[in-house]
Amino acid sequence: MDMIHAEELVYEYDKRDEEGNIIGTNRAIDGVDIDVTPGSFVAVLGHNGSGKSTLAKHMNAILVPTGGTMWVDGKDTRDPNELWNVRQSAGMVFQNPDNQIIGTVVEEDVGFGPENLGVPTDEIWKRVEDSLRAVGMIKYRNSSPNKLSGGQKQRVAIAGVIAMEPKCIVLDEPTAMLDPNGRREVIRAVEKLRKEKNVTVILITHYMEEVVDADQVFVMDDGHIVMHGTPREIFSRVDELKAYRMDVPQVTMLAEELRKRGLALPKGILRREELVEALCQLR
Amino acid sequence: MIRDITIGQYYPAQSRIHRLDPRVKIICTLLFLVSLFIQNSLLGYLVATLFLGCVIKFSKVPVKYIVKGLKPVVILLLFTVVMNLFLTRGGSTLVHFGIFTITESGLRTSVFMAVRLIYLVMGSSIMTFTTSPNGLTDGLEKLLYPLNKINVPVHEVAMMMSIALRFIPILLEETDKIMKAQMARGADFESGNIIQRAKAMVPILVPLFVSAFRRANDLAMAMEARCYHGGEGRTKMKPLKYKPGDFRAYIITMLYLVIIFMVGRFVPFRLWIF
Amino acid sequence: MSIALEHVNYVYSPGTAYEKQALKDVSFEIEQGQFVGIIGHTGSGKSTLIQHLNGLIKATSGRILYDGQNIYDDGYDMRKLRGQVGLVFQYPEYQLFEADVLSDVCFGPKNQGLSQEECEARAKEALEMVGFPEKYYRQSPFELSGGQKRRAAIAGILAMRPKVLILDEPTAGLDPKGRDEILDQVEYLHRETGMTVILVSHSMEDIARYVDRIIVMNHGEKMLDGAPREVFAHYKELEKVGLAAPQVTYVMHDLKERGFAVSPDATTIEEAADEIMKSFEGTGSRK
Repeated sequence: MDMIHAEELVYEYDKRDEEGNIIGTNRAIDGVDIDVTPGSFVAVLGHNGSGKSTLAKHMNAILVPTGGTMWVDGKDTRDPNELWNVRQSAGMVFQNPDNQIIGTVVEEDVGFGPENLGVPTDEIWKRVEDSLRAVGMIKYRNSSPNKLSGGQKQRVAIAGVIAMEPKCIVLDEPTAMLDPNGRREVIRAVEKLRKEKNVTVILITHYMEEVVDADQVFVMDDGHIVMHGTPREIFSRVDELKAYRMDVPQVTMLAEELRKRGLALPKGILRREELVEALCQLR
Repeated sequence: MIRDITIGQYYPAQSRIHRLDPRVKIICTLLFLVSLFIQNSLLGYLVATLFLGCVIKFSKVPVKYIVKGLKPVVILLLFTVVMNLFLTRGGSTLVHFGIFTITESGLRTSVFMAVRLIYLVMGSSIMTFTTSPNGLTDGLEKLLYPLNKINVPVHEVAMMMSIALRFIPILLEETDKIMKAQMARGADFESGNIIQRAKAMVPILVPLFVSAFRRANDLAMAMEARCYHGGEGRTKMKPLKYKPGDFRAYIITMLYLVIIFMVGRFVPFRLWIF
Repeated sequence: MSIALEHVNYVYSPGTAYEKQALKDVSFEIEQGQFVGIIGHTGSGKSTLIQHLNGLIKATSGRILYDGQNIYDDGYDMRKLRGQVGLVFQYPEYQLFEADVLSDVCFGPKNQGLSQEECEARAKEALEMVGFPEKYYRQSPFELSGGQKRRAAIAGILAMRPKVLILDEPTAGLDPKGRDEILDQVEYLHRETGMTVILVSHSMEDIARYVDRIIVMNHGEKMLDGAPREVFAHYKELEKVGLAAPQVTYVMHDLKERGFAVSPDATTIEEAADEIMKSFEGTGSRK
């Protein structure tokens, strides 16, 4: 069974004028099909306003489709009886680290989710400890979140989701507001979780460097999925990506530039070692 | 600066006071506040000072930190002192010039009022410094639980309070940032009459409200995503259970209350006019 | 018009438990017309530093000379300085407050005491400079897209006609295209008006592409100061303080280690491609 499965997904909302009268509808998502197999790492790319965040919110039933269907772990997100099960199966981490931490002490924040699920006290403590350890934040369990760096706050937010023992975690631009070090911290924590806990990861981002290790990449534009494939396939189509307001890692860009100047380099070079190796072969 | 406001902030530490049940801290703080009002004598204040001093010592919160919490009430404090100093009449006159008269009881009342106010703030900030807002919320929720029967949404109110406390420092920092950004555009908050100054606040308040609403929206979404659906069916990570130490704290506070009441009323002890 | 810092020190909350020296003996001079990048990890003192340049923060000791005059002199007109040294904060769209974009951009010139017509003329000029579409002039700033909000906010500073423009992470949170658009626009402004531009950024690739001088901050001290090539040649030291060189610089170093005849100090894609092509042409093994 697919972890996430969407068919013909459509999300429309009303456009209103200043008096609040409906003057039309906007389609934020327009006929999206998506399959995510359990345990895989999927990246969704897209410029601001492409519909990628709206799609992410469907995976956690914060939004429900106005057309088509979204199944999360086999449950239809429109079924009100399954609402809390859907949210427990697919945890969500948001962009702004400050606006998703509820607790004033790190460990209490991580315990918030399990408390809502009605997990017994002893079990909560165990889960909180486990999840804080998994993201490398156990040292800070008694700290105030306001004293942490952006990367640390995001790791606490991830721990808060992990403590609910979801099968899948959806990260909606978790690194957009962080500096490069914070970004690395978060991506490393996600990477580690994937290996140790075997959770499915769906990463929404516009940083190309973060999707190099993904199993599959979706590129969104104007509510549609316009590109789909492995990172290598996606990054070999540089011009197309640029047309969708996206970018490629600088190494890929350099390889592309060299190809344009006549070097016979393979397409879709992602890492620095690959480029160096390929250039050595040419010599 | 605006960021220095420490009232209502949790100071993480491992101390006897931190470990007390939040309910104990809430009730004992109330009793301490009561103790300040049932007496008005020098000896009484000495007993209160001793009690407060011991609590601060045990709480391991630096005194500097607590004193800083007084900053926001300085104006109120000065106002009270000045009003009492000049307007209270009684006893012999100490100083007299022009329309100003300071009498013995004026001095006495203003000094005692000042001490009372300072202790009031210090006493309650000790509670917030040593109790995490979540603990505080849990404590209040538990204490006010009977009100649930008359349809007061106790859990929701408690949750709202704890969120407000968490966002105080964030919004203060934000205010600071917005102020600086507008100053970089030449805004002036320091000169002009009261109307001009009030007008000058608009460029700060509008962005602040917009941001607060955005944060509220985000937070509500994040809470829902983590399966928050009100108090029903919720378990607690840190359920409140009384430990022997908590009863000791109750007994000590009760004893303190009795002592301060007795000495304040029945032990005649005066120094000059106090 | 130059800005010079002479032995500037700044201490946060002196005399308390939170005392922290945010700037330590920082000195440098920026000439009119330079495009300077400031880099450093979070907490290195970059933000504190740029807030000194327009007098928002007052140094604990040391002098800051704007156009040869000490800004801490008695009677120095700070508001005038802030009009000349325009500072665009991170996420500047959070400062928007007026009912429509044009009035918001007028806020700066209005504070400079200009007439309504003059304010509007300047606001329009500034909005044009950042490529803000005219059809949105009368729209509420809160209804714009992220990229447009950012432009409107930057125009809010430009409308004061500053001689120096300081931008703190102007591309944070924008998508790649939006990022390139803003930076290209800034570069265009710099070229056309001869304005001094100081860019604070975490992206070494962006810094390498646009600036002609880099100042590296670490623990409140100026660690390096020079042309991008010189600064990124110290990539090992940069890594120790949580920074890095652009990716292509690493590629060039790797290639050199593998025996390619390339000079490793390229910092942009064009420079790197030129170097690599040259090395291939030299050996004649090009396919």
